[in-house]
Amino acid sequence: MPVIEFEKKELMKYLGKKTDETELKEKISFLGTDLEKFDETVKVEIFPNRPDMLSVQGFSRALKTFLGIEKGIKEYNVKSSGRKIIIKDSVKEVRPFTACAIVKNIKFDDEKIKEIMQMQEKLHITYGRNRKKIAIGIYPMEKIKFPITYEARSPEKIMFVPLESSREMNGKEILEKHPKGKDYAHLLKGKEKFPIFVDANKQILSMPPIINSHTVGKIDSDTKDVFIECSGFNLNYLKKALNMIVCNLADMNGEIYSLKLEYGNKKVITPELKPEKMKLEPDYINKILGLSLNKETIKRLLEKMGYNISNNDVLIPAYRTDILHPIDLIEDIAIAYGYDNFEAELPRIDTVAEEMKFEKFKREIRDFMVGNKLIEVKNFQLVSENRNELTKCLIDKVKIKNPLSEEYSRLRGWLIPSLLKNLSENTHNDYPQNIFEIGKIFKKKIDEIIENDRVAVALCNKKSNFTAVKQIFQSLMLDLDLKFEINETEHPSFIEGRVARVSVNGKDVAYIGEINPEVLQNYKIEMPVSVLELNLSELFEVM
Amino acid sequence: MAEIDKLVKKLHPLERKVLKVLPKYKNLEEIKEHSELKEVEIMRALQWLQNKDVLKIKKDTETKIVLGKNGEKYIKEGLPEKRLLEILDKEKSMELNDLFKKLERNEVNIAIGLLRSKGAIEINKANKKTILRITNTGKTLLKKETLEENFLKNKFPLSNKNLTPQERYAYGALKKRKDIVKEKESITVNAEISETGKKLLKKDLKEDYVDELTPEMLKKGSWKNKKFRAYDIEAQVPFKEYGKKHFQNQVIEYIKKIWLELGFKEMQGSLVQSAFWDMDALFVPQDHPARELQDTFYVEGKAKIDKKIMEKIKQVHEKGTEKSKGWDYNWSEKEAEKLLLRTHNTVLSARTIAKLKKEDLPQKFFSVGRVFRNEVLDWKHLFEFYQVEGIVVSENVNFRHLLGYLKEFYKKMGYDKVRIRPAYFPYTEPSAEVEVYDENRKQWIELGGSGIFRPEVTKPLLGFECPVLAWGLGLERIIVPYFNMKDLREINKNDLEQLKKIKRFME
Repeated sequence: MPVIEFEKKELMKYLGKKTDETELKEKISFLGTDLEKFDETVKVEIFPNRPDMLSVQGFSRALKTFLGIEKGIKEYNVKSSGRKIIIKDSVKEVRPFTACAIVKNIKFDDEKIKEIMQMQEKLHITYGRNRKKIAIGIYPMEKIKFPITYEARSPEKIMFVPLESSREMNGKEILEKHPKGKDYAHLLKGKEKFPIFVDANKQILSMPPIINSHTVGKIDSDTKDVFIECSGFNLNYLKKALNMIVCNLADMNGEIYSLKLEYGNKKVITPELKPEKMKLEPDYINKILGLSLNKETIKRLLEKMGYNISNNDVLIPAYRTDILHPIDLIEDIAIAYGYDNFEAELPRIDTVAEEMKFEKFKREIRDFMVGNKLIEVKNFQLVSENRNELTKCLIDKVKIKNPLSEEYSRLRGWLIPSLLKNLSENTHNDYPQNIFEIGKIFKKKIDEIIENDRVAVALCNKKSNFTAVKQIFQSLMLDLDLKFEINETEHPSFIEGRVARVSVNGKDVAYIGEINPEVLQNYKIEMPVSVLELNLSELFEVM
Repeated sequence: MAEIDKLVKKLHPLERKVLKVLPKYKNLEEIKEHSELKEVEIMRALQWLQNKDVLKIKKDTETKIVLGKNGEKYIKEGLPEKRLLEILDKEKSMELNDLFKKLERNEVNIAIGLLRSKGAIEINKANKKTILRITNTGKTLLKKETLEENFLKNKFPLSNKNLTPQERYAYGALKKRKDIVKEKESITVNAEISETGKKLLKKDLKEDYVDELTPEMLKKGSWKNKKFRAYDIEAQVPFKEYGKKHFQNQVIEYIKKIWLELGFKEMQGSLVQSAFWDMDALFVPQDHPARELQDTFYVEGKAKIDKKIMEKIKQVHEKGTEKSKGWDYNWSEKEAEKLLLRTHNTVLSARTIAKLKKEDLPQKFFSVGRVFRNEVLDWKHLFEFYQVEGIVVSENVNFRHLLGYLKEFYKKMGYDKVRIRPAYFPYTEPSAEVEVYDENRKQWIELGGSGIFRPEVTKPLLGFECPVLAWGLGLERIIVPYFNMKDLREINKNDLEQLKKIKRFME
């Protein structure tokens, strides 16, 4: 989850009122944000559904109403700049939308620039899905000239000095040579044309979602007015991201100005900070939360979370992205009410308990094995490929597409190799070592994966032999009142002539045998091992 | 019965045999010689007798004089100086080189030195030859037994205490010579009879007791009028081999019982699932970070998904419902068909509610099963772990009931304090993180997520909006402290000694 970091004095400044630190720390975690550090600098973990809180401004805005310093929605004024952005059809194929704004009269200093960069970066990673969904650019107004055009050109025809570079590069070069270009090249992969923002003087401002121009796309402490653009694939998301940014800049005492976006004949004005309306019935709230809140309380709780109420509608700030359904407002009411204040109640809902028959069967098998003085082991389902060679039995195992290591890159195809591994890791312990495991095995069947539950037994002691393990199987069959047929078979992991395939009601369900000494040697086990592996899923079917 | 008579009755045959010789012999070696028992048997009997306060085993470390290789040889053949004198006495005189043929060179050298100092021989050098002769002193000496010879007549190993001055002198002299005698630390075992022991020895210990009851005796009735030896019930017995459930499964079986007792039905399903049921059906958008390769294990193959349900899910992702806005993006069928190792057991809940009809309600389900996350294995991370899943589907449940079930469950797990904190999951709203208070470690433990399924989950799956309380709780974080472990990897370590000896889960 994303974490933001800022100076405590900044937070205090935005809260604007002296607040007791102990209370502050407690309230921060009741708001649902995890406090990781609280000294000169503050570190807070923010839930991914609240990108609007990924800055000291956004965070303190939420905290301010939660603490009761202010209440309800914070109003932001948007003036018209009278300027426009022209969006060319050429961007449709590569990155079709943009939402833009101007914010004026900010006193930039190093601290503010740092904050803005953090906000931009956090939004890129989270809400912007690593710039794929949203890329944000911020430019100093004094260096650019309106109107600005958003268009796409073939990479060779895009020439500018990218940030952190000393020379002009074309679009292709940027992707190949510039560090940021290399990081985000996949976002423009296979595109014939790349998107760019160009101003009235034909200066290239940036090539989203990769990089800004070094000449005209970098803010510094002389900057007072900025142009902001968000580009991506969904105008609604871009508008939300833009709203978050302009509100934060307004909290830094900036003035917000709108721009007219010309998508061919279609005109859109951004930013649009009018609160959204959503109907919310008190009955629904009380039904979900199990409370009986009256309208007054509901209003107070909603105001605590930064909303306003108008008639039966809730007014939602334009930077909130997480309110999809009235249920989302109910959660905020619950947070305002305080999770700690909910009284637990065990409802009387009469239903009949039912254990799954197969799960019960497996439990009975486990009890039987324990009764036979076997110790139960539990292994991972993920195994390595080379265990095949150790057992001399080459079976095709189901592959994990993205394993973290070779050691855990396949799903196991049978249980005995896991038990042999356990025995090989226990050679320092006393014998007898008689063990069993009940677990899943996986097989490929064209595109599908077949899963079966099996039980495997390994008897490892001086007197371990075919008879000993057959005895266990025989008594299990007697216990389950099943008849079985035992047939000679061959299997590379076993001693020739001492391995059997066992069938119940005509279905092959088990192997019984003595492990081949060569296999034991591969596992460095110096004690005879006889084993049994029984397919419980198939046995259960034929029972 | 007097204590002493009880004692008599309890005596083991071995103890009786030892007691028979004990009045006379107290030393282990002596007992061995006179009882015809093996050393281990005597030691066992002495130990038992000591447990009964009959005697005390005294172990003393004593320095003993033992014979070296040469010592043993000289006892048989005589000391070299004596043998040299004997030869010279017989041959009158002898050339040195000839002597080397009769005695070993180093023995000759020692003997010559010794005899010369005593004036027992004389040596003349003539024509490059060394001639040795015996003197009159030598002849007298020959008839006498030296102190050394006398000393070697002792029985070895010999205690170095209580030596006569002569013996001490001889011992000193021999010790300087090569490999004749040396000192060795040895442990002597002696029994020291206690007061109880003294009383016991006065008793008749010959009485015949039956040691074991045999089928033969039962058949013939010969046990009648016989006395049975009483056993020392405090005696140590060897451990017996026994079977045991894996401790994690002990916990799982207990948890299953809790939910069954609360009237829940069990759910189970495959570990390999489609992204559709694991994620999409739960309203997790397709670009959600949890779906990325670094979080989820994907498996080769492709899932087959029912077209009708797929269309409903596509709708809710792209456009939402009458009341919801949805995620507003282009939903991909291909992404949903990917196979993965289930990341949570909520996948089972999704599949379960998809089969429910309105008339089936209310319903309660649970599952305890494995889930997977693409994590590097270390002391606090596992890539395979367990999740306790539960859902309650009813028009009449609410957030406080969710807390009610969680508290009831953890109370049965031994945790009295449970709290919830705000959390975020794409499929629940309100969502809550569940924590329990560990009284021993004085800290809250995060155990998992819970909440009420979003309408965007219930509407397409159930066909109508209905509150579904849901939770997915971790198991390992409770197991590890319960079994006094520190490392999550210990759960699947499979050390057989540990598995055998670990305490049983009892709550």
